Amino acid sequence: MTSLYEEVSVTPVDVPVRRVTITVNGQRRAADIEPRLLLAHLLRQGFGLTGTHTGCDTTNCGACTVLFDGRPVKSCTMLAVQADGHSVETVEGLASASELHPIQEGFKEEHGLQCGYCTPGMMMAAKALLEENPDPSEDEIRWALSGNLCRCTGYQNIVKAVMWAADKMRASAG
Amino acid sequence: MYPSRFNYESPSTIDEAIALLDAGRGEAKILAGGQSLVPMLKLRFAAPETLVDINNIPGLGYHHFDEGGALHIGALCRHEDIEKSTVIAEGQPTIAAAAPLVADPIVRTRGTFVGSVCHGDPQGDWAACMIALDGFIVAQGPNGRREIPVESFVTGPFQNVLAHNEIAIEAVVPAPRGEARGAYLKLERRVGDFATAAVAVALDMSGDMVLRAGIALTGVGGTTVNAAEAADSLTGSTLDADSVSRAAELAAAAAQPRSDHRGSASYKRHIVNTFTARALSGIASSNERAA
Amino acid sequence: MTIDEIKIGGMGASRRRVEDNRFIRGRGNYVDDVVLPGMLHMEILRSPLAHARIRSIDVSKAWEIPGVRLVLTGDMMATRNLAWMPTLSYDTQAVLATDKVRFQGQEVAAVIADDPYIAKDACEAIVVDYEPLPVIVNPMQAMADSAPLIRDDKENQPDNKVFDWEVGDREATERAFAEADVVSKLELHYPRSHPSPLEPCGSIADFDRSTGKLTVYMTTQAPHIIRAAVALVAELPEHMIRIISPDLGGGFGNKVPVYPGYVISILASILTERPVKWIEDKTGNLISTGFGRDVYLQGEMALRKDGRILGVRMHTISDHGAFFSDAQPSKFKIGLMHSAFACYDIPSAHLTATGMYTNKAPGGVAYRCSFRVTEAMFFQERMVQAAADDLGMDQAEFRRVNFVRDDDFPHRTAFGFLTDSGQYGKCLDVGLEAIGYEQFLKDQEEARKKGRLLGIGISTMTEPLGAGNSREYDILGIKMFDSAELRVHMTGKAILRTGAKTQGQGHETTWAQIVAHELGIPADDIVVEEGDTDTAPFGMGTYASRSTPVAGAAVAMVSRKIRAKARKIAAHLLEVSEEDVEWELGRFYVRSQPDRGVTIQDCSMAAYSNVPDGMEPGLENTAYYDPPNLTWPFACYIATVEVDPETGVWDVLRMVAVDDCGVRINPMIVEGQIMGGLTEAYAMASMQFITFDADGNCVGSNYMDYLLPTAWETPGFELHEVVTPCPHHPIGAKGIGECATVGGPAAFVNAVMDAVKHLGVRNVDMPMLPDRVHQAVTTGSDVSGMPPVRTDAP
Repeated sequence: MTSLYEEVSVTPVDVPVRRVTITVNGQRRAADIEPRLLLAHLLRQGFGLTGTHTGCDTTNCGACTVLFDGRPVKSCTMLAVQADGHSVETVEGLASASELHPIQEGFKEEHGLQCGYCTPGMMMAAKALLEENPDPSEDEIRWALSGNLCRCTGYQNIVKAVMWAADKMRASAG
Repeated sequence: MYPSRFNYESPSTIDEAIALLDAGRGEAKILAGGQSLVPMLKLRFAAPETLVDINNIPGLGYHHFDEGGALHIGALCRHEDIEKSTVIAEGQPTIAAAAPLVADPIVRTRGTFVGSVCHGDPQGDWAACMIALDGFIVAQGPNGRREIPVESFVTGPFQNVLAHNEIAIEAVVPAPRGEARGAYLKLERRVGDFATAAVAVALDMSGDMVLRAGIALTGVGGTTVNAAEAADSLTGSTLDADSVSRAAELAAAAAQPRSDHRGSASYKRHIVNTFTARALSGIASSNERAA
Repeated sequence: MTIDEIKIGGMGASRRRVEDNRFIRGRGNYVDDVVLPGMLHMEILRSPLAHARIRSIDVSKAWEIPGVRLVLTGDMMATRNLAWMPTLSYDTQAVLATDKVRFQGQEVAAVIADDPYIAKDACEAIVVDYEPLPVIVNPMQAMADSAPLIRDDKENQPDNKVFDWEVGDREATERAFAEADVVSKLELHYPRSHPSPLEPCGSIADFDRSTGKLTVYMTTQAPHIIRAAVALVAELPEHMIRIISPDLGGGFGNKVPVYPGYVISILASILTERPVKWIEDKTGNLISTGFGRDVYLQGEMALRKDGRILGVRMHTISDHGAFFSDAQPSKFKIGLMHSAFACYDIPSAHLTATGMYTNKAPGGVAYRCSFRVTEAMFFQERMVQAAADDLGMDQAEFRRVNFVRDDDFPHRTAFGFLTDSGQYGKCLDVGLEAIGYEQFLKDQEEARKKGRLLGIGISTMTEPLGAGNSREYDILGIKMFDSAELRVHMTGKAILRTGAKTQGQGHETTWAQIVAHELGIPADDIVVEEGDTDTAPFGMGTYASRSTPVAGAAVAMVSRKIRAKARKIAAHLLEVSEEDVEWELGRFYVRSQPDRGVTIQDCSMAAYSNVPDGMEPGLENTAYYDPPNLTWPFACYIATVEVDPETGVWDVLRMVAVDDCGVRINPMIVEGQIMGGLTEAYAMASMQFITFDADGNCVGSNYMDYLLPTAWETPGFELHEVVTPCPHHPIGAKGIGECATVGGPAAFVNAVMDAVKHLGVRNVDMPMLPDRVHQAVTTGSDVSGMPPVRTDAP
């Protein structure tokens, strides 16, 4: 896989480069990068984790949402260098080796996605919500997801998907 | 979408950070939450030579009331720390009211209170709260610390009085003289929108008497507007229909809005009037209920 | 034992979606996810000015930046005859500006570099010397005698007019107005809006010199149209062009036109001999790509005092921006605007339409609109509301009095369309019952006494989907049929390919359901592919609603061709003649001995191992479907709102939607489409628009200014259904993709207008911003949304 940030072409001597080591979906990964590289781009182009998407220029849409040390952040508005020594969880880390995360199941079961572009960010934001609040009301879900835009679904089924997941997670927590 | 090139430093102490700012001679910028700075880098509205990332400096994420009752907010205290804070919910109603209205829930996990005030955006919610509360910024530089009242801290859009080698390490809200009462009302068309107009109200009350008042306005001027005359009109008075409507009119008169696609200047002025009145009436009725 | 059609995922099953399996894992394959070896990256430099002559472009500093491979300007494109390209509406559009820039955001230069950061650095290093020219921001300004000529590049273009067009019967309509008891008039502006799918546009062009083949990954809803356009523009042979549209992050019509970025990336790949990826940023998408609407209406209705509409006159003025690039049927300059009023039985109607160039992004027909049907139905329902109010008649009653009767189908409208079927009164009844109409009117009156402003808004409409029959419809001369190719394998599994292109509608799930319905093969046994012109049969693509009516019909037809051959095989296997064979879902049997039968899987195995003498082996076929007519779904949307008179802020109390889209293939997916469309309707009614200042600066070129509602503002929706099958569609389906976007906005606007009409207000243009509503409430007069014009303009 081509890495944009390996030194393959001639670069000026004075381009700043830093080594970062990040725990991505539980696995330590390292890269040499320019400080101006956005975290979203390191994840997508550097590490090939293209599930995190970019959908705007102004930190509004939330398609790029990942979990940074467990908290949801918009990865297009963080520099990759800031993640050095930290942990990042993306949509690719949701499912275990053998099964989907209840949030993923809920989105499929309740038709919480159509084009799928906002879905990874939406699910990561939902995961953060359910970790803090395992039994959210509809309003609480809508509020927690108000940093993530969707053009296709009208949100109603997304809310149902998160509630489905919350029910399943509470049931298995016992 | 793609920032221009810059150098990056990640100091682990405040003194290191200050030394880096000093060496940068005005071309170095602090990176805290990044939720205002990184978007500007991406649009290339800002292109500093060096970013000084303070996120690895320990001990800056605090917020607490000291024994005297003043609220201290550290440089790395995030918006969501304030939104979730029980002590602020109980003790600082203006700030508690504004917290859920800052940006959106995801941005709030990274953005910082102090960073937002330093950013000097006339659309920033926290500056209005700080002005209404007579707050100040504690700046630290090579020659030590100084306190800068927020009123004189921002001098124009995106400009503050920090020297190039100073860093804002905390924001302080002085202890209220009586009971702290307050509100923050913001007209936004959707979550994350800039305010069409917003009003911060902070009152120190004793019973139904206003000991001290502060009213500040977001989004209706080149900088946050201090509606001092409106606030002063309430000092030493109770909140009744007359005093409320007078203060609301004075607040509207203090606004300097511009017409844009969010609304005409006269509409924004009207919202200032309406929201000031609603904020004050809301405080008055909750006082009555409590009594 | 008969197969349960729902269990095998046939028609009517809320089958969970196949495409979800990869999307929920983050394993979608969108264009920006595709990586080709040696790939370079392209960024476009855009004009900051809306109208300006280009004196010079200095790219020398850009070339000096390490990692830059190629810098392109309009002059360089011109040496290869690529500075201009044809549009889908027989106009031309600049690929890279040569003489002038004609809208803010227009493409001026392109840089191809090792990575997009460097490409952006190099764009910043390009110096362009502009000489500003006077700017035109609305079509009325464009009409002035002294208006500057925007398209001075065109021969025989003396002014800024794109077209004049008319349809209907002028004389009959004038007679109707002469006889009218009351004439109701309304003027309004449907503001410029943008489909803004979350994923912006982009392409990866890969020209392989050793084979001469050009492969382009592209965010396109219509890959075959693109292939034809590229063949024309790049002068490459059609068979050596492969367009691949992988997963699309939404389309809504934005990904139909041919954009300069695609063309530039193709040339760049040819010149650099490497794959070139161009992914636009959201600003580029909003400021330059296909938008929707931006039409002004002057509408009049001739009324009899008992409430019957005698005639309708509409004059529309449309703002097409700097180039006429609408993707729409070539015969209809203002699209299907004349489908307005199709659900009402009106004797006469006349529409005149004028289209103008302005200094804005090109387009107008690209937003889930069936070619201007959104405008048509919005104008219709706003005029209907005004007319009922002018007559002092109840809104529901006025509609009911004028609806086409259930037994009056097929119905020829005053503008010449033939509507297929409907139960309009029933839909309205269901809606009124669901919203509690009578009670709400009482509550409204009580509330008004206490100073609270409640309002209720109805929007009823039938709209044409599935353009269209070859007699009337074409784009650039290519007829608007669609296609499906089905191959059944030995073990009864199958692969289906169509000429449509899903962008979230779930074709991979729903097309298989049609095949399951026709052949009894479980939907899970059928894989569906779309979007690769090397493998998919030719189709005009999916804009936002034509697939079920056209491609879906093709899927049914090809399945029936397969079944016809399978019947012959079955007869052979059962050793009877074909006349003795009956069919039930998944099985052929002998009529006189129903226990003797063979499954469809038995037939498919036999197709490869035991065909009758004289029959070709295999079990596959293709169907091209030329729709005999448009389909006409119907909807009744009812919204209730409360308006805060002090601030002009309005909130939705309830939103009821009654949709009749004929037979529903997958109810879950149909409801998803409706809710998405209603959200867009709410967005346009409340906050979402692109406007311009007097200097032509685009306000609405990023998500801070172009507002999409979040989960917090978006109301909840209550959905109901009525089913009136389409008589001419093979499976009785009509399609649903656009209905809510088309019919929804008027429900919200009518509701807010209803709340304030007692103050003397008849119209507030969308979006109904708090400022505008407040102004209406306090002044008691209408509020227009027309962009401001410089008062010192010529």
